[in-house]
Amino acid sequence: MKKTYRLIDHTADFGIHVFGSDSQALFANAALALFDVITEMDVLKSRDFCKITASGEDWSDLMINWLRELLYLWNGKELLVKSVQILSLSENKISAKIYFDPFRPDRHTIKTEIKAVTYHQIQVKSGPSGWEARVIFDI
Amino acid sequence: MGGQSYIRYLIAIFFPKCYYVVYNKIIDGVPKMTINVKKIDKYRWEVPKTGAMRVPGIIYATESMLRGSSQNEPLKQVANVATLPGILKASLAMPDMHWGYGFPIGGVAAFDWESGVISPGGVGYDINCGVRLAGTSLIEKDIRPKLKELVDALFRDIPSGVGSTGSINLSIPEVKKVLKNGSRWAVSQGLGDTSDLDFTEEGGCMENADPDVVSPRALERGKKQLGTLGSGNHFLEIGVVETIYEPEAARVFGLFEGQVTLMLHSGSRGLGYQICDDSLAFMSKHVKKLGFDLPDRQLACAMIQSKEGMKYYNAMACAANYAWANRQILMHRSRDVFLRVLGMGPRDLGMNLLYDVCHNIAKKETHLIDGKKQTVCVHRKGATRSFPPGHSALCSEYQQTGQPVIIPGDMGTASYVLVGTQKAMEETFGSTCHGAGRVLSRKAAKKASKGRSINRELEDKGIVIRWTGRSTLAEEMPDAYKDVSQVVEVVHGAGISKKVARLRPIGVVKG
Repeated sequence: MKKTYRLIDHTADFGIHVFGSDSQALFANAALALFDVITEMDVLKSRDFCKITASGEDWSDLMINWLRELLYLWNGKELLVKSVQILSLSENKISAKIYFDPFRPDRHTIKTEIKAVTYHQIQVKSGPSGWEARVIFDI
Repeated sequence: MGGQSYIRYLIAIFFPKCYYVVYNKIIDGVPKMTINVKKIDKYRWEVPKTGAMRVPGIIYATESMLRGSSQNEPLKQVANVATLPGILKASLAMPDMHWGYGFPIGGVAAFDWESGVISPGGVGYDINCGVRLAGTSLIEKDIRPKLKELVDALFRDIPSGVGSTGSINLSIPEVKKVLKNGSRWAVSQGLGDTSDLDFTEEGGCMENADPDVVSPRALERGKKQLGTLGSGNHFLEIGVVETIYEPEAARVFGLFEGQVTLMLHSGSRGLGYQICDDSLAFMSKHVKKLGFDLPDRQLACAMIQSKEGMKYYNAMACAANYAWANRQILMHRSRDVFLRVLGMGPRDLGMNLLYDVCHNIAKKETHLIDGKKQTVCVHRKGATRSFPPGHSALCSEYQQTGQPVIIPGDMGTASYVLVGTQKAMEETFGSTCHGAGRVLSRKAAKKASKGRSINRELEDKGIVIRWTGRSTLAEEMPDAYKDVSQVVEVVHGAGISKKVARLRPIGVVKG
């Protein structure tokens, strides 16, 4: 996967600094960064898909809730996300098609257990060179 | 030297022992801020009340612990907590303080039950993360020949690691029974003795738990994880009592030198995380309606006396109860492993619960404020209750001694048993430290472990270790943590708990 993010390292936990040419690319890249941290994505085959939506009060809140929904696919349903297709996106709502594989311990490696997406120092902003976001995870 | 630096320089010259000025750097675009810390005595430091702070901050630490950039952020968090409505006396931090979400880890804050707030950030994601310690009738040489076999069997039989699921599969109605009854549910299933409940904080059950306010997602996550250790810093540890400091308290606790002990550290698993996450989501919306500015979104809170506040408090109690049931089951299963591997009967093994404490919780308690009894909501986030002799919350066996406080260290050094004191009631809302506290980030720990075999280093010390996660061992290596002995010296020296015994690990299972 082309690195569209870098890791942020904190004493107790860590997060991601994600980039995207526009808001859709940013939200898609954030989703992929989350699962790139969790697992080896190369072996995933997009065996199935589902649709998810998330809402938020502003871009930051939306980013948190979006990543929460995605993380629940793993923590709650044991699904590993391979790719996402953003169907619609505004500052208050996102809807996307998610391609995933059900987790198989013999086939998939779990690199990092991400336990939660936090509000800590959350940032989503746009500038002349594109969009970027910082999100800290609890691990 | 700029003007500000010059003033700091003068302060440092004229008040070398009185003022310790911490320089905060610009971190992730957050504005530069300087937190001044004023010395009260050898073990206590005050963050003076400034700006929006309603009360001062008080940190239990030595001067050297406050040095270094890793303390900048948690000090700011202590000050942030002091701005929340209804906070009483002071925003407190224990010597194992480190950076957390919203509240620092090692933070203690009490809010007036009628006019104060409750905050999921003041409890943490892993609600009722806690420690339980059991004594045995054995000494080290009784188990040394079978130690590897014992640790292997514990590793095999106690599910651990990322997203571990157990042999207990519950229906949703049964999960709700666990949430309502806590340890009592486990005992009712034959997974423990009724007497274990007396030796569990809160009897292993918070009565206000209301499973009907818990989300379907949280219930779903709770179905398969009961009786599992989890990952990260959670562990199961066979130890040996190395030193006794307070013979009388040790005798009452059933501890003696050379004795084999079993300690386990776990929490409410995915269910607790989901409850915290769900609560943060609705509280971050709700808090905007209250009309006060939060210095940090992760401090989202609600008035205790509100629908939202009570919803969190009652859901949190569910997670707390799940965690107590979980630790009860983990101990029961571990005891079975001991009996089987050592080939002895329960009487010869003599494994009895010494105590179970939680260190991530918010509780309704009565404390003296300015000489008057007041009902408060004490948030302990990475802090342990430390109730004194004679407190009504303690079982009859511990009325003379005070509450056992169990402090796990890192996996290579030591753990401690302390006892609660009256001074803790007077100064810290009956609270003390909870562990060693991280000093290295996980990435930094991995870097520091490069070229070393942590496993072999521990084996050289006579510690048998089994682990699940591929980077767990490096991330959790002893160097990643503060020296637990220094942390314990502070709370002992400050008098908010007293040393009873020191345990040294000989066998460890890490998730």
